[in-house]
Amino acid sequence: MEDLLEIGGKKIKSRLFLGTGKFSDYTLMKKALEVSETEIITVALRRVDLESKQDNILDYIPKKCTVMVNTSGARDADEAVRIARLAKMSGAGLWIKIEVIRDNKYLLPDNLETLKATEILAKEGFVVLPYMSPDISIARKMVECGAAAVMPLGSPIGSNRGLKTKELISIMIEEIKAPVIVDAGLGRPSDACVCMELGCAAVLVNTAVAISKDPINMAKAFSEGVIAGRRAYLCKITQGFNAASPSSPLTGFLREEK
Amino acid sequence: MNIKINGKIQVVDKNINLLELIKSLGLSSCRVVTEYNLRIVPTEEREKTFLKENDSLEIISFVGGG
Repeated sequence: MEDLLEIGGKKIKSRLFLGTGKFSDYTLMKKALEVSETEIITVALRRVDLESKQDNILDYIPKKCTVMVNTSGARDADEAVRIARLAKMSGAGLWIKIEVIRDNKYLLPDNLETLKATEILAKEGFVVLPYMSPDISIARKMVECGAAAVMPLGSPIGSNRGLKTKELISIMIEEIKAPVIVDAGLGRPSDACVCMELGCAAVLVNTAVAISKDPINMAKAFSEGVIAGRRAYLCKITQGFNAASPSSPLTGFLREEK
Repeated sequence: MNIKINGKIQVVDKNINLLELIKSLGLSSCRVVTEYNLRIVPTEEREKTFLKENDSLEIISFVGGG
């Protein structure tokens, strides 16, 4: 049976979601998105720069991808809701990544404001994926309010420091009755692989791919890491043992064992 | 007359509608979202939305983001 992730009525094959920020150019980004086989990508909304005309990023998003607009720049729930409504009006669809950040140094999310925005937007019919600090009580409330998934951070946005929140993420996977998607901070394909081995539904990666020397191959490497981790998770990874256990039969003919 | 576009005061023709203004700025109407005095203006309403002195307009589009 095919292993599909279902979110917001959509059946998703690739468990690697990709962000589109920080790529040096859109053509390169498009190729990276294509080779990764990602189906969910994020974009942001910004004021049009009237002085320098830029290409429209949507022209460089592969057709099979669902666009999820983030609410970056929002400092409270009202601003996040305002951005989400603008996104809807733009025809980008109803997938929204809520991102409410007041902390400029570590870019850590404001969980309470994020929860408020989740409640409002889920009621309005958005497919809401809140970016959050891994907190099980808040995550439960977000799901009760209609979040389609929760997206706890691995480490600060753009830091490439990997899965620093591993213990908390494990608890969330066990306790939260919605997909848990690690978003932010994953720096290496092995980080993504570990997330998937733990049982995450998906991961969202941007900086590690976009700023690598070869974003196209790095996108592929992340895709492979995600596939390997997911496959291992489905095989039920056995726990470690203290003592060794021989993999080869112990030869009995060299001497008599006492 | 003066209106504020994306936070900057700009001089535009009197009696201009929103659709004409977007075109005059060299933008494609279907590629941007507009918020006029904090109210989102759907694409089909742009032609009948006439701007007034000291109005505030946000013209927004998509960029890369994580």
